[in-house]
Amino acid sequence: MITLSQVHKAFGANRVLCGVDLVIPAASSMVIIGGSGTGKSVLLRCILGLVRPDSGTITLDGRDVGAGDRDAFLSRFGMLFQGGALFDSLRVWENVAFRLLRGPGALPKPQARALAIEKLRRVGLKPETADLFPAELSGGMQKRVGLARAIAASPEIIFFDEPTTGLDPIMAAVINGLIREIVTEMGVTAVTITHDMSSVRAIADRVAMLHGGVVRWTGPVAEMATTPDPYVQQFIHGRADGPIESLR
Amino acid sequence: MTGLLAALGRPVLAGLGAVGRVALFAGAILGHLLRPPFYLRELGQSFLQIGWYSLPVVGLTAIFTGGALALQIYAGGARFNAETVVPSIVAIGITRELGPVLGGLMVAARVASSIAAEIGTMKVTEQIDALVTLSTHPLKYLAVPRVVAATLSMPVLVAAGGAIGIMGGWLVGITRLDFDSATYLRTTRDFLEFWDIGSGLVKGAVFGFIVALMGCYHGMTSGRGAQGVGRATKSAVVSASVLILAANYLLTELFFSA
Repeated sequence: MITLSQVHKAFGANRVLCGVDLVIPAASSMVIIGGSGTGKSVLLRCILGLVRPDSGTITLDGRDVGAGDRDAFLSRFGMLFQGGALFDSLRVWENVAFRLLRGPGALPKPQARALAIEKLRRVGLKPETADLFPAELSGGMQKRVGLARAIAASPEIIFFDEPTTGLDPIMAAVINGLIREIVTEMGVTAVTITHDMSSVRAIADRVAMLHGGVVRWTGPVAEMATTPDPYVQQFIHGRADGPIESLR
Repeated sequence: MTGLLAALGRPVLAGLGAVGRVALFAGAILGHLLRPPFYLRELGQSFLQIGWYSLPVVGLTAIFTGGALALQIYAGGARFNAETVVPSIVAIGITRELGPVLGGLMVAARVASSIAAEIGTMKVTEQIDALVTLSTHPLKYLAVPRVVAATLSMPVLVAAGGAIGIMGGWLVGITRLDFDSATYLRTTRDFLEFWDIGSGLVKGAVFGFIVALMGCYHGMTSGRGAQGVGRATKSAVVSASVLILAANYLLTELFFSA
């Protein structure tokens, strides 16, 4: 379980997170929604330790994420980045097997390659893709490779940063389906940030809405449509008029 | 008066801040040097990219510089009947000064820019963050191999450039200035001392370190977007070039001042 308590983060005068409180239960899929620039990505980076919060605490299973062995902490996570973030100089299979080839417990190359190909198959890519470079792939294929890399080392927690941004609706549905399957199959804790409501409905067990630097609403995805919160209602229906508009 | 002092002090403080940040960055890289894991494949690739692929540009620079130097020294020496000093001065000029400095500047243009652009692009496309989430320290994986490869391969490039530069002077000497080939080469060999070559190699190592350090530093601190990467690339080349020239003066002062 990941617990955030009164997390604050500002970049200069720009206060992005203003006291975020959130509990992400283990083995469930939490989707964080909110408009562009509301700090969703910053929140994810704070949990991972890529960005240090100004104040507040973030714990994983009761232990502060900033304390202890950093490598051991990070080995529990996988992450799918918004743009894929594949390493241009490495082949697809080397990207997928990156963690498997390095560090303590590194696998021999043939074994890591076989495992990478298995993960590529899992996300619907042919084994021939393995020897291509990322620049030779379409955006959708890059996302799938990123997904394969995120699950390659069988992490306990997977973060998905805008997994369907820049994809056509069909490819977005494919990626959403893959994420749901993987999360269910592997029994992992998934945290997804998105403003794509079809992704929310496809992926989420629970939803949290971030607005004004705080968690505005959180609850099961089934209750999202019926919550009286005007911010949530305006956001999920994509209405121009409402409290979010008036605050801009 | 206070405004004037503030206007003068601001760039000084900014400059000192930049020096401090670069020093901390260099210290962090050195701190990772001897601690595992070691990324040998990345090190090999860096040797290839920085050392081997820079050889043509360093060689071309050296051969033309050696030739031009021979012509200049001959013309200057003729004013006081000292044309025979051409082989000696070409050799000493190339090994001590022009070889390391021009080689360093050419490698700065070729390598510092490419390192800064590559790492800067990795930063803006979240590849650096991806490295962290994959339990890989970006400095160890990206900067250490490049710094080691540049520091070790620059002396080799300087040595090769020195030999090619001397050959450039010899070629011009025997074809344009009527020198006897064997005499030219013998004079060069007899005149050169170990420290003439050794000092050039030490300079090469220092310049290689500077080139890779500036490339990595500006890449890692690159701003967002294409403009940020472009600015990082420009800053890497400019700062590496200026630091090479400054370091060259300091090392010459250290090695050869009376």
